[in-house]
Amino acid sequence: MGLGIRTQDLRKVYTSPPPAAAGAAAGFMFTAAKARGGRNSNKKKPEIVALDGVSLDVQPGQVFGLLGPNGAGKSTTVGVLTTRVRPTSGQAWIGNYDVWKDPVAVKRLIGVVQQRPNLDFALTAREILLFHGAYFGLPSRERTGRARELLEQFKLTDRADQMVRGFSGGMMQRLSIARAMMHDPQVLFLDEPSAGLDPQTKLLLWEIVRNYNRAGKTILLTTHNMEEADALCQRLAIIDHGHIIALGTPAELKASLPGGYLLRLRFSRTSPDLVGRLQALPGVREVKAVDGQAADLYADRGGSLVAEIVNTASAEGAELHDVHIAEPSLENLFLHHTGRSLRE
Amino acid sequence: MSWKTFSSMLARDAHVARRNFVPLLMQTLLQPLLFVFVFGKVMTASGFMPQAYKSLLLPGIMAISMVLAGIQAVAMPLIVEFQFSREIEDRLLAPIGIGWIAVEKVVAGMAQALVAGLVVIPAGWLLLGQGVNLNFSRPLAFAGVALTVALFAASGGLTLGCSIGQTQVGLMFSLVLAPMIMFGCAYYPWSALKSFPILQKAVLVNPLVYACEGLRSTLVPQFPHLSTMIVLPVLLLIDTAVLAAGLSRFQRKALS
Repeated sequence: MGLGIRTQDLRKVYTSPPPAAAGAAAGFMFTAAKARGGRNSNKKKPEIVALDGVSLDVQPGQVFGLLGPNGAGKSTTVGVLTTRVRPTSGQAWIGNYDVWKDPVAVKRLIGVVQQRPNLDFALTAREILLFHGAYFGLPSRERTGRARELLEQFKLTDRADQMVRGFSGGMMQRLSIARAMMHDPQVLFLDEPSAGLDPQTKLLLWEIVRNYNRAGKTILLTTHNMEEADALCQRLAIIDHGHIIALGTPAELKASLPGGYLLRLRFSRTSPDLVGRLQALPGVREVKAVDGQAADLYADRGGSLVAEIVNTASAEGAELHDVHIAEPSLENLFLHHTGRSLRE
Repeated sequence: MSWKTFSSMLARDAHVARRNFVPLLMQTLLQPLLFVFVFGKVMTASGFMPQAYKSLLLPGIMAISMVLAGIQAVAMPLIVEFQFSREIEDRLLAPIGIGWIAVEKVVAGMAQALVAGLVVIPAGWLLLGQGVNLNFSRPLAFAGVALTVALFAASGGLTLGCSIGQTQVGLMFSLVLAPMIMFGCAYYPWSALKSFPILQKAVLVNPLVYACEGLRSTLVPQFPHLSTMIVLPVLLLIDTAVLAAGLSRFQRKALS
């Protein structure tokens, strides 16, 4: 039985630069505090609005994604939820515990993987896991066994007794995730977990996340990778400039785009008549004929249109040879909501 | 407060200290021992200093060694752990109040300071041979002074470690530690400053003065010294102030 995560109206305004504990990288927008009249203008502090009223509700046992570009407020949200960043206003709960009234109880329930590896460089990989287990009060035998399992699972056994100073970025990342799972937390926070991982390791990570979720655990992950959000998350919030701009399942979010589906059709032949009749089908937004045999059809729905397309085509004496349905992508969605591409 | 978490963090620090035992020992002991050798052995054997200086010097060296060890044991790792890599975060996320993590650092630092102070006694005997005249007739007073000095050193390390960055470590030594040692009445008793009345008043802000005088009063009472009745309360007051400052700085550094 997992635990839910909830935030209400979180706001975070940094008045001093680099928010180190947020684990947040560069990319915050610096807005000089508005000079209100002459009185205040002499003490202008650079204000960084990292979160501007973030309310979330993550169900127990869900994989929830926070999707947004660098500096959107993802890491700060994770920072507030993991007792590391004190919010300027608003509240956050893990299960029934108020994060900022009972941080110790909350820390017992959560595992955190930060964006940057923050391993204890004075220790070996195995010791990092063992001491982490000890901090959480695991008995000695359980610690040893669990550390061995995790090292095996994350393919670190052969380097287990070396100092982590010499580890590659990917190994450090894997060890950070193993450490966060060491005390079997009810809620796992992964801040950009796959940044810097090679494709193979990324797949390993996804598998591990799915397995952990299958055990009933709640997972909150942040990413700016659409593919990852789509592959892992049951629900998503799209965040930009400290605001939640869209919330729902990946499918819902994509369906919220008008004419989000793209059907690429290939016929034995096309005619202006056929294009006209396709255009008239319910839910179709736009049809573009391509070189006499093919057509790109933009529509609100995907698969359910195919039967009607086949019928329309045969009524016109044409045969449908090939269909490719492109689901509306989160990339398009972000573009739709912000007018900017995610990668900008 | 979770005792299991607290003791595991102590175990972690002990483990790391054990791993770095030799460099750690060199770092804290080499300088004081060189001082013992040059001032206590070379200068006395050559007749520039009286034999009695050996005994006068040893408590001062002990105090310096404790203060240096305690400050370095806490400040150096903290400076590194609060750097960009935020190594300390696995402890900040452990199920314990953040203040206790700082307290744990102080306890570990005190242990290192006490070890560094106590080894000066046998090392002094070995190096200086005859003529070292220590008096252990007030063990409780000695323990009290040693503990308050260790607490000062470790809390000072906490405050410094949370106040400065890696680039300012050199400054810490030349701006804070060097004057503190030179005007700390380690190589001479406080009463020796009586021909410099202003300086004699001014050095009273230096905690090391009380550390040296306190150790002198409990180990070599045959020399002039400040009474433990003054030294202990003042040291306790300094400990409280420095520890409070360190804790609040640690909190501020740990949360954003």
